[in-house]
Amino acid sequence: MAVDPSSRSRKQDAARGARVSRSPWSEQTGSWFIHHRKVARDSAERMWRTPVASLMTWTVMGVALALPVILLLLLTSLQGVSAGWESSVRVTAYMELGASIEQARELAREIGADGRVAELELIDRERALAEFRASSGLDEALDYLDENPLPHTLLITPVEAVRTAESVAGLVAFIEGVDSIERVQVDLGWLQRLNAMTDLLARAVWALALLLAAAVVLVIGNTVRLSIENRRDEILVTKLVGGTDGFVRRPFLYTGAWFGLGGGLVALILLQLSLWWLSGPIERLAGLYRSDFSLNGLGIDGVLALIIIAMLLGWLGAWVAVKRHLDDIEPGEIAGG
Amino acid sequence: MIEFRQVTKRYDSDHTALRQVNFHLSRGELAFLTGHSGAGKSTLLKLLMVMERPSAGEVVVGGQLLNRLPRRQIPYIRRHIGVVFQNHHLLFDRTVFDNVAMPLEVMGVSPRDVGRRVRAALDKVGLLRKEKMNPLQLSGGEQQRVGIARAVVNKPPLLLADEPTGNLDPQLSADIMNLFARFSQVGVTVLIASHDLALVKEMGRRTLTLDHGSLVAGGTPSQGGSGGR
Repeated sequence: MAVDPSSRSRKQDAARGARVSRSPWSEQTGSWFIHHRKVARDSAERMWRTPVASLMTWTVMGVALALPVILLLLLTSLQGVSAGWESSVRVTAYMELGASIEQARELAREIGADGRVAELELIDRERALAEFRASSGLDEALDYLDENPLPHTLLITPVEAVRTAESVAGLVAFIEGVDSIERVQVDLGWLQRLNAMTDLLARAVWALALLLAAAVVLVIGNTVRLSIENRRDEILVTKLVGGTDGFVRRPFLYTGAWFGLGGGLVALILLQLSLWWLSGPIERLAGLYRSDFSLNGLGIDGVLALIIIAMLLGWLGAWVAVKRHLDDIEPGEIAGG
Repeated sequence: MIEFRQVTKRYDSDHTALRQVNFHLSRGELAFLTGHSGAGKSTLLKLLMVMERPSAGEVVVGGQLLNRLPRRQIPYIRRHIGVVFQNHHLLFDRTVFDNVAMPLEVMGVSPRDVGRRVRAALDKVGLLRKEKMNPLQLSGGEQQRVGIARAVVNKPPLLLADEPTGNLDPQLSADIMNLFARFSQVGVTVLIASHDLALVKEMGRRTLTLDHGSLVAGGTPSQGGSGGR
């Protein structure tokens, strides 16, 4: 038997095989990065090869992403408005009818000395009546009254730090405790209503955002599922030659992320368009209310966050599809019966 | 290199594909696997590829017991096994070069080495000048050789072939068989499932014969050149 030559070549072969499989760690990592770059580029190119289909997926994603973002922007602007109006909180304290103007001045000094009070105006009952007469149009009716029904009134503006609902309540309690104050009124009701409304709206918008995010994940999942079906043979062969699950998944996860990127960009474009389209009417409306309300776009942070969230959602969608369908493709079926 | 110990594979309660199969193939041995259609040839190959698990008995490849190999480990076993199919399973969306490069890519071989090794493999099967072509442009025999190049490009110690000459004329079949013989000469263990009995006989190698799932011949090395354990 020709044992010698064949066994020598066997040994050589074994040695060569061992050397190849023991390639240095740095080279392995290097080729891992090269592979990632290649897969990322390949998946992007595949997307470009079907521009219409890709564009449609991007648009669906873009709409689904732009809608909650624009609502959130509106909401933030609205919350800004209510925060601005909180600064105009005013406390009105009505004195007892029997109180004299001297007592009123004394009280005004006392309350005015409190650290929480920024500004205090005393409106005596004569002036109050005159103003009421002028503004109400009840001129003649008032003439029938024997005496002035209006008390001395203190208009109190709290300092900046006390302009939240709770601290104002504290101030009100203090004023109510003072002798000869009949009643204290705070014009907070409408503000609280607005706050409650924006809170409700915020929840609604977040719920909507969650639903649409789920929709995005499903849309991408479905698109990636189709792409898995299209590349069935490739997946089979890859698994057959020893591709790990991670290796097989990678192109599809990149595909999902690229869909996310495209969707994010479309969302940005839609967002800019709607901001531009809404800005005119909003300015007019704000002008009617003499408000400096304006709709602000996303800052650079917001843009980055939107893109990253979109890519993550795309990746997640792809991951769901891959998890569901890739394991079904096993090379067992390739070998036939 | 390969060892089957009392291997039984049952698919359903009434269908037994393999019954208590025992055999052992050494490093560098070339053997044929024959039997009628449905005798269990494909099942045997699938057990080696860990596409299926045995119902009973032990399958050992390269000293590794495959029975309870975790799923995550399967790809690493497959990297040491080259497979050639009758319908070769080439991908027509890429060139011959890229088809052959797939096992290397999966292993994370650096691009420079990929080029060198793919060309070496293509050279062995005589298709060096066709690396840039699409497999669709090649003849059946050439496509089969591309499949072989892909199976051997990462120098696996074990090469399996399932009806590799099924679609080829006798001359091409003989060429392919000689190619396999050359691989076994450099230490690759080769197992070829084939029902082409004339060709098998002509090669004069150890032949494992399956009949209704039982190994009826070739269970022990009887022919020369198989270099025992």
